[in-house]
Amino acid sequence: MRNFKAVLKRELKSYFESPVAYVFIVIFLLATSGCTFFISRFFENRIATLEPFFIWHPWLYLFLVPAVGMRLWSEERKSGTIELLFTLPITLWEALAGKFVAAWLFIGIALVLTFPMVLTVAYLGSPDYGIIFSSYLGSFMLAGGFLAVTCLFSAMTKNQVISFVISVVACFAMLMLGVGVFTDFLNRYLPVWLSDAISAFSFFTHYQGFQRGLIDSRDLVYFISVIVFMLAANALVLERKKAE
Amino acid sequence: MIAVQSLTRHFGSIKAVDNISFTVDKGEILGFLGPNGAGKSTTMKMITTFLPPTSGTATVGGFDVIAQPLEARAKIGYLPESSPSYRDMNVFDFLMFAAEVRGYDGDERLNRVKKIMETCNLKEVAYQQIDTLSKGFRQRVGFAQAFLHDPEYLILDEPTDGLDPNQKQEVRNLIKQMGREKCIILSTHILEEVEAVCSRAIIIGEGKIVADGSPEELRSRSKLHGAITLELIGVDVKDALAGLEKVQFVDRVTDLTPSAEEGGSEKNGKKVIRLRLYPMSGKSIAHETASFVHQKNWQVDGFTVEKGDLNEVFYNLTKGGVAR
Repeated sequence: MRNFKAVLKRELKSYFESPVAYVFIVIFLLATSGCTFFISRFFENRIATLEPFFIWHPWLYLFLVPAVGMRLWSEERKSGTIELLFTLPITLWEALAGKFVAAWLFIGIALVLTFPMVLTVAYLGSPDYGIIFSSYLGSFMLAGGFLAVTCLFSAMTKNQVISFVISVVACFAMLMLGVGVFTDFLNRYLPVWLSDAISAFSFFTHYQGFQRGLIDSRDLVYFISVIVFMLAANALVLERKKAE
Repeated sequence: MIAVQSLTRHFGSIKAVDNISFTVDKGEILGFLGPNGAGKSTTMKMITTFLPPTSGTATVGGFDVIAQPLEARAKIGYLPESSPSYRDMNVFDFLMFAAEVRGYDGDERLNRVKKIMETCNLKEVAYQQIDTLSKGFRQRVGFAQAFLHDPEYLILDEPTDGLDPNQKQEVRNLIKQMGREKCIILSTHILEEVEAVCSRAIIIGEGKIVADGSPEELRSRSKLHGAITLELIGVDVKDALAGLEKVQFVDRVTDLTPSAEEGGSEKNGKKVIRLRLYPMSGKSIAHETASFVHQKNWQVDGFTVEKGDLNEVFYNLTKGGVAR
């Protein structure tokens, strides 16, 4: 636990010591509010809801989360610091969890900084705060899912660009499994139970639950198990690849 | 004590380390010698628990590197090759992180870090980003990290690589000083370093131990060991060769006199010749040669008993490995 905290602190600090953090936060804030106001036409809708804000999160995360996570392991492997990390008295899981949670918290900080959206909608009308809370929670869980996928691919290569591209593709696949266009396509060729099963694995399907104001334990369990599964796979990859 | 037992590591079909066994005791400074790719780093990575062996194991202070890696790591200070560190951190933060992970808290943590920065002369760059430091300073950061917890076992992979001669000397002094109460393994391909620092050397070629002994012992395997280099003034080369070859236990004599173009020297208008006498194996010829020269009443300009050349031993042992 102690070393988990040490790794977490070090990672989080290193985000804010490089320009990456500020670039990410600025782009995230500009992109979320830009999409909300200019594409979803938040003001013209005249509805006191943050739905036009949260609807963009999966698509923005698709690029921004891999951008945050791509360096997590590939940089350690490239610069050789992984040899330092795993010859210090730290277990694999402490290192893995420490790095993952640091990156997740960092995205969480960026998410918290979108609070002026909440103030805006509260000033203009009387929104349902329950839905806003569950949407934020859903958005955070979704970011965790994307991040866990990115972590895994980051461990597979020393090259950050490759790690980014593969992560984006993998996250895109995880998202699309549940998006209407794709499920309609599946429905045409597969039995309904099978296409339903496939879309049940999608980030999108489970993200939508939170959007409706429901904090369903199944959705939470889904995201947590995706994260745990991806990190377990990550641990296996690291064990095999760390010394290469 | 570090005990390595039939340690083996394959990478695909390549045997990087092939059934290596040895032990190192407290107070010993063991030099790992070998050409690039001989398996030095791979062996060190296995002893430091970073790389799992294909077979065999090692124990560090009684802790098995496979079964009790965390306990073993706690006892080891390790400087990986080219001393990697988190480049985006500053020196102080980086060492504070290492100290935290090593289990130090509060004041003790701060004091440890301050002390080690003093020992390694890092105070002037304490708040500088590691990325902006010169190679020499980065190497010192690596040392500081490895020495921080005053470990009983130090494993240093090419500790003086990329340093200038003064820094090399500094590092060697530091290692020698620490070697008195610690158990140190260092790898290098600089032979003078082994002679200057190590109490024992292991030469590795193709993943196998090809020689194990003190630098003096290894040097004595050299053909040059016990040979005599003789410089005579105003003596005819042919006479000298013919005479010296008959000296007891002398195997052969070669003429090393440099020609005029190579800077052959003269003294008082007389030519200086240089000869080398090789002894028969295991014999000493110094006394016999000296008496013979005295008896002939030759004018001697130089008389050196060669200790042997580690370079030559290294070359023969490791090249022999390649030919096999």
